[in-house]
Amino acid sequence: MSSLRSITLATLTKDVRLEWRSKDAINSMLFFSLLVVVIFSFSFDPNAEESRQIAGGLIWVAFLFAAVVALNQTWARELRNQVLDAYRVSPAPANALFMAKVLGNFILVSLLEGLMAPLFMIFYNLRALGPAWQLIPVALLGTWALVVNGTFFAAMSLRTRSREIMLPLLLFPISIPAVQSMVEATRIILTGDGAARFWIVLLLTYDVVFTTACLALFETILQAE
Amino acid sequence: MKRAFPILAAVTALLLAYAFYEAIWVAPMERTMGDVQRIFYYHVPSAWTAFLLFFVNLIASVIYLVRRNAKADAVALVTGEVGVVFCTVVLVTGPIWARPVWGIWWTWDIRLTTTLVLWLIYVSYLVLRRFSESSQTPKLAAVLAIFGALDVPLVYFSIWFFRTQHPQPVIGGGGSIDPRMLHVLLLNWLAFSCFALLVSWARYRLEMFKREVEEAEALESLLVAGSGAQISKTQIPLSREPQ
Repeated sequence: MSSLRSITLATLTKDVRLEWRSKDAINSMLFFSLLVVVIFSFSFDPNAEESRQIAGGLIWVAFLFAAVVALNQTWARELRNQVLDAYRVSPAPANALFMAKVLGNFILVSLLEGLMAPLFMIFYNLRALGPAWQLIPVALLGTWALVVNGTFFAAMSLRTRSREIMLPLLLFPISIPAVQSMVEATRIILTGDGAARFWIVLLLTYDVVFTTACLALFETILQAE
Repeated sequence: MKRAFPILAAVTALLLAYAFYEAIWVAPMERTMGDVQRIFYYHVPSAWTAFLLFFVNLIASVIYLVRRNAKADAVALVTGEVGVVFCTVVLVTGPIWARPVWGIWWTWDIRLTTTLVLWLIYVSYLVLRRFSESSQTPKLAAVLAIFGALDVPLVYFSIWFFRTQHPQPVIGGGGSIDPRMLHVLLLNWLAFSCFALLVSWARYRLEMFKREVEEAEALESLLVAGSGAQISKTQIPLSREPQ
């Protein structure tokens, strides 16, 4: 157990440091979601009431697309210099590597959301009519749902032709219930129209089910070569 | 086994013809919907057959992951492909029926949406099988099939929260159906299941032949490379020497 934690921590630190020094992924994600905000704003031109209705969808679609940018480069870095092959032959537990990658992506996407959410509020003149604190569990659970499956499918699409396009093709169909829960929960909180509890519980279930499945099957995927 | 194939083909053809006759001429006309309702004899059996095929796909995928049995992988591939075809039939016949009866082509109702998401998952399954080139494709595909199976109940619950417009299931759903209609429905389901089995079988044999040919070709190229290496040793080295 201690080796699992220390390897996870070491890999995570390495990834965070690499990202901190290059800032490649976070910059491209930020600019990408900024573009999405602006383009959506032009194409819908909503008033305050409409904004509350559609903002949940816009925010999460923007984050979903931006997250794919981060997820795609998760494993690509390890392919250079055969790092992944070295990992395969080492006795280190596969799930340590997986958890490190998931946590790294989680930090990255959460940071993006933290920076972009105020911008959304400004551009769409949003003000939550429901309990605003509930947006925090929705964001955390939703981000985890996207990132855990995204990291897994990114590892899966490593061995395919045109893997950059493969990831969304695999990830989006499986993510449909998660995305729907996030969007509905956000819409309910923003409009103050009913309770978001059902959707938060559904998101939590989704997270538990797929985190378990990923941890159980990642070893198989890592060894597939 | 090989001789059973033409027999199954003949039985399927007869069953399909008889079930068609029953569905179009014999089954009683529905009181409010009229003849449009007869599409039900194709829509529902296709749906059941598609779900059955996807279920077999899941079982075969699990068997493959546990046993690494190549035949299980071929079964998974075949049922995935044929299942997508039947699921497409469901998704096409549904709106054709819904337009005159409900007045709309499509609604985001629980059964429609779950079927659509199931279809999307299995299309992505087939895309993965097509785009993945390594010998590990079966493993990746089997894992994706399991993820898809885990996803379906969640999709179901997420839409369960909305109002449901689809007619209640005719079996075990509390709805009442004329026994003559039920008879025709079950007959059609039998015919469709035989048809699905026939197509899957043919596709399975094709897949096995394809794999045999690929193996033979790989072996042949290895043998050629082995014998060619000795020739090239005497001929090519000059060009490799440093200038």
